Amino acid sequence: MQQAHPAPAGIEPLGPEDLLDLYAAMVRVRALDERVWILNRQGKAAIVASCQGHEAAQLGSVWALRKHAAAHFCFTYYRDMGVCVAQGLTMREVMLGFLAKEGEPISRARQFPLHGADVGRGFMNLSNVVGSHVPEAVGWALAAKLRREPTVTAVYLGDGAASQGDIHESMNFASVHNLPVLFLVENNGYAISVPLHKQMAIDRVAERAAAYGMPGVTVDGTDVAAAYAATAQAVQRAAGGGGPSLVEFDVERYLPHTSDDDDSTYRSRDEVEEGKKRDPLAKLQQRLLAEGVLTPERNDELRKAARREVDEATDAAEAAPYPGAADVLDHLYAADGR
Amino acid sequence: MPTLTLIEAVREALREEMERDPSVFVMGEDVGRRGGVFLATQGLVDEFGEERVIDTPLAESSIAGIAMGAAMAGMRPIAEMQFADFIWPAMNQIVGEAARARYGTYGGVHVPMVVRSPYGGHVRGGLFHSQSVEAYFAHTPGLKVVIPATPYDAKGLLKAAIRDDDPVIFLEHKRAYRSVRGDVPDGDYTLPIGAAEVKREGADATVVSYGLTLHYTLQAAETLAQEGASVEVVDLRSVRPLDAETVLRSVRKTNRALIAHEDNRTGGVGAEVSAIIMEGAFGHLDAPVMRCAGLDIPAMPFAPTLESAFMPTADKIAAALRELLAY
Repeated sequence: MQQAHPAPAGIEPLGPEDLLDLYAAMVRVRALDERVWILNRQGKAAIVASCQGHEAAQLGSVWALRKHAAAHFCFTYYRDMGVCVAQGLTMREVMLGFLAKEGEPISRARQFPLHGADVGRGFMNLSNVVGSHVPEAVGWALAAKLRREPTVTAVYLGDGAASQGDIHESMNFASVHNLPVLFLVENNGYAISVPLHKQMAIDRVAERAAAYGMPGVTVDGTDVAAAYAATAQAVQRAAGGGGPSLVEFDVERYLPHTSDDDDSTYRSRDEVEEGKKRDPLAKLQQRLLAEGVLTPERNDELRKAARREVDEATDAAEAAPYPGAADVLDHLYAADGR
Repeated sequence: MPTLTLIEAVREALREEMERDPSVFVMGEDVGRRGGVFLATQGLVDEFGEERVIDTPLAESSIAGIAMGAAMAGMRPIAEMQFADFIWPAMNQIVGEAARARYGTYGGVHVPMVVRSPYGGHVRGGLFHSQSVEAYFAHTPGLKVVIPATPYDAKGLLKAAIRDDDPVIFLEHKRAYRSVRGDVPDGDYTLPIGAAEVKREGADATVVSYGLTLHYTLQAAETLAQEGASVEVVDLRSVRPLDAETVLRSVRKTNRALIAHEDNRTGGVGAEVSAIIMEGAFGHLDAPVMRCAGLDIPAMPFAPTLESAFMPTADKIAAALRELLAY
């Protein structure tokens, strides 16, 4: 895919402190992601969908929302562990989700890991029907506009979701009504096994933005600074009443679609190895070490601390019981609440 | 007390609720300047402006999905599906998403949304402007499905639906819109969703019905009265939740039950009501539970003769009642 690397006007590039924060967040998310795969192979986590390769896009975009919107809300999809963690989901809570244990906070283990809602922490992921959350995000943005609230809504979706009719309807409506919503497309080139050229006859999802009358840009989503800058520009536009934008992150999925998938049936190992060269964590580490922002000692500390935190979260989740079934009927209707 | 048509009662409920609560807004195809193709929203855009009376693109899935998103954010949207036959593109958003939101988040979010839609036939609507759709939604945990038969019920139940904290499918029969008139008090009142009402007292048989068919049932009961039979008529008013107690109380008294609805017979609300009666009043029955329903073909053919062949008319309900009483 061709790359566009805009240096958006009026966006202050991230400084060393922010980059270090982002790196630390990325280290934590990676440690968590790697561990849930192990737990899956141990038979403890029923299903894993990885964010590896997407972390820079997810974390860089949340950093942009934090810095440039007075308030924001994220509609995520199954691959967005980085967004959930950036929005405040703790490692222990993530692990409770992967192991479907008592105390899981966003669906009480009724849903797949990372699915549910936490309005207080500003994210929700209701559905496994790919793309269905996109009109809902537009509705969330419509509510903000009607109430004159400053919330910028960000909706994350993959290239696979981009084929759904709901996405067309959503972008069209958002643009007609000039809504403060960002369509953030994590394009990893595959809808499970179907490569991009069988999904669309164009190279970039962002090309479609023009048809809706909104800006669309494609950036290297493995470069956290680029992901941040492109999102920041879209956030500023939305927050300033300029309406929706589409930001497409060119990312890599060098693991199978989920723990239930076998990507060797449809991808060459050469292609996968090529993708790993764009590992966003390795790229940021290399940059920060080269620039002297990160020392090898600090790097070791960060990685050890992340592993420790993952160990503790895993132990806590493994020790937790499965939820009891006494409340299986609760919260179907308002009257069924507890 | 003023006499209103059913559609006037709907319009009055919408206007009063929008006046009462600024979070209530209307969205759908042609609901603005045109006032809706049946004029349910006539005049609302003048009174409340284009921000609260939103003419949407012709795209049912996102009408439902956007309404759902706004509802989760605390608004009270009323999404209009122009015809119930057009609701299928929105099925995923309503059944897959809205119905599951509260349950799937353990109460973390909820969807105070109303989806209003004109349903039903005998209006020369053909295969794509005549359908009854309630069974699809009545099957879905998380939804409420309301079908008023009278203007009084329409106003009180629509207000209750708008104030309800869960998604409500509100179905209004097209033929009832202007053919059914009734007393509607001025001002504010609500009716509880999930409470059936006995619309006619009787002793010899019970007919459970709702919507336009309720009126055909009342006509049939009148015919049977002239033949010496006393028929009780129960109006379900909502098919989910379904007021089993009122149905069972009536059947335990009359010992005979017929369910009459316009929707297709197979897998319809009648099947559920029949099961409820078998489970709760088997020992009281003097005859098998019977159904008088729309034919098992797509609703409904265009030609007037074919349309009449489909419909559970007053004559057909009366015939079914004679059979039930003779058993």
